[in-house]
Amino acid sequence: MLLLTCPFCGPRDESEFAHGGYARKQRPDNPQMMSDDAWVDYLTVPDNPMGPVREKWWHVRGCGTYFTVERDTRTHDITDEGESHAS
Amino acid sequence: MQHYSFLSLARNALTNHQNWQAAWRSPPLKDRYDVIIIGAGGHGLATAYYLAKNHGVTNVAVLEKGWLGGGNVARNTVTIRSNYMRDESIPFYVKTVSLYDGLTKDLNYNLMYSKRSMIDVVQTYPKLREIRRRMLHMDLYGATYEPIDVAELRRRIPSLTGGGPGSRLPVIAGMVHTDAAVCRHDAVAWGYARAADDHGVEMHQNTEVRELLRDANGAICGVETNRGTVRADKVAVVVSGHTTTLTETVGLRLPLKTFNLTAFVSEPVKPLIDVVVNCPDIGVYLSQSDKGELVIGGAPDPGQSFRRDIKQNVFEDAVCAMLELFPAFRRLKLMRQWGGSLDMAHDASPIVSTTDIPGLFVSAGWWGGFKAIPAGGFTLAHLIANDEPHPLIAPFGLDRFNHLDFILESGTTIAR
Ligand SMILES: Cc1cc2nc3c(=O)[nH]c(=O)nc-3n(C[C@H](O)[C@H](O)[C@H](O)COP(=O)(O)OP(=O)(O)OC[C@H]3O[C@@H](n4cnc5c(N)ncnc54)[C@H](O)[C@@H]3O)c2cc1C
Ligand SMILES: [Zn+2]
Repeated sequence: MLLLTCPFCGPRDESEFAHGGYARKQRPDNPQMMSDDAWVDYLTVPDNPMGPVREKWWHVRGCGTYFTVERDTRTHDITDEGESHAS
Repeated sequence: MQHYSFLSLARNALTNHQNWQAAWRSPPLKDRYDVIIIGAGGHGLATAYYLAKNHGVTNVAVLEKGWLGGGNVARNTVTIRSNYMRDESIPFYVKTVSLYDGLTKDLNYNLMYSKRSMIDVVQTYPKLREIRRRMLHMDLYGATYEPIDVAELRRRIPSLTGGGPGSRLPVIAGMVHTDAAVCRHDAVAWGYARAADDHGVEMHQNTEVRELLRDANGAICGVETNRGTVRADKVAVVVSGHTTTLTETVGLRLPLKTFNLTAFVSEPVKPLIDVVVNCPDIGVYLSQSDKGELVIGGAPDPGQSFRRDIKQNVFEDAVCAMLELFPAFRRLKLMRQWGGSLDMAHDASPIVSTTDIPGLFVSAGWWGGFKAIPAGGFTLAHLIANDEPHPLIAPFGLDRFNHLDFILESGTTIAR
């Protein structure tokens, strides 16, 4: 079980959160100007490292904040925590 | 190959079972083969068998980093079914179920194959609508899905006493998939391995591929292993969960994410449930093994993971879901729990494909891929031998992503 640090509430048990999905890279400003390969890569190809991934979590049974953390896919260690989503 | 039969069993009983032949050889590793298959799981071994049997390609090595059949083929909950959604998927899974039906005989290996049907326990109207839509699709391809009412559902699963009218999610209907079956997972790996070996295929355990190798023209030319370089003009990556780890060694990025899926078993009890029970609304499914243990699986850990253990909250969620419908199971002791890492494609359908790298093949995205082993091996062997996909697998190539032509199966592949 993870101990996730909500930027608003502080460290809380994983069972209070819902996984918000893989944190994608910045959406390209001008998909029309990109090559098809680069656009397909952005849409469908995630990073899948044995190591840190960036992902969103939603404090759904808490304050409702969405935030991004970096977690190691081998150990579940949180390597970078609690960056709140402005929007 | 020593033929297994009632007679051979009786004959060997006379000599205290001391004289059985080894099921497969362990030859020395050569430095070149026609085809290298990476991964001795169900898919890799089935591919090797069909390459030899159907296409006469026998100079084949299957390289396995651990022991043969020690990956997900040994870790799954053995549900074999064909209740999928898309026009591309259903014929493929109908084929795999039909291959399983004849596999014990084909491999001369007792798979303990048991056709026992699967019952979906429906607790929400959106799920009911989704499943009925699947029923109409499946009708077109000869797969079965039949609605039953709650009284009939409770008659078929007497231990399902929860989910009454006053509960949080009352049971509203059932759907029966009569084609569903279970079988002994180890036997699938061992049966294919033994039959492939009989055709001359070599299996090399404790042989980890560390890197794929390309020649000056960019084509694949072999692999680097912990036991040295092994060359081949055709290499298939069939490593379930670790696909991207290997393909990235030649700069090939794939639309795959790796997740952890888990299961656990209870202590053995007397016959209690004779169907596979699937509860998609609350995220748990179970069946009873021949030994009497309940084999229980839940939803995957939602974030990417290469772990093979079970997370406590994932485990608790599955147990709580099960107890809502089967309150009497509260008294069961749980004996073992484990997990496996599986990769899932962007559209939750498998990938069986050539790649941009000449000579390199991938078979991946096998989420729920135990059922797919016979047809997956059959079609990948066809692709490797002919450089052309078998019609059943043609829609599942990597180029579907280039055209954003997805075969969306999320929701039909997992317990939630
Ligand atoms: C808990 C759980 C429950 C499941 N339940 C079901 C179910 O009910 N029904 C169903 O249809 N499917 C189910 N599955 C999925 C199914 O187990 C897999 O989709 C299927 O086994 C994958 O194919 P495989 O047998 O070839 O994989 P594996 O058996 O994992 O074979 C891959 C092999 O590749 C080897 N390998 C990896 N990297 C390397 C390398 N670098 N060099 C050499 N070898 C390497 C591994 O050691 C492994 O032996 C379940 C999976 C899990 C984990
Ligand atoms: Zn919070």
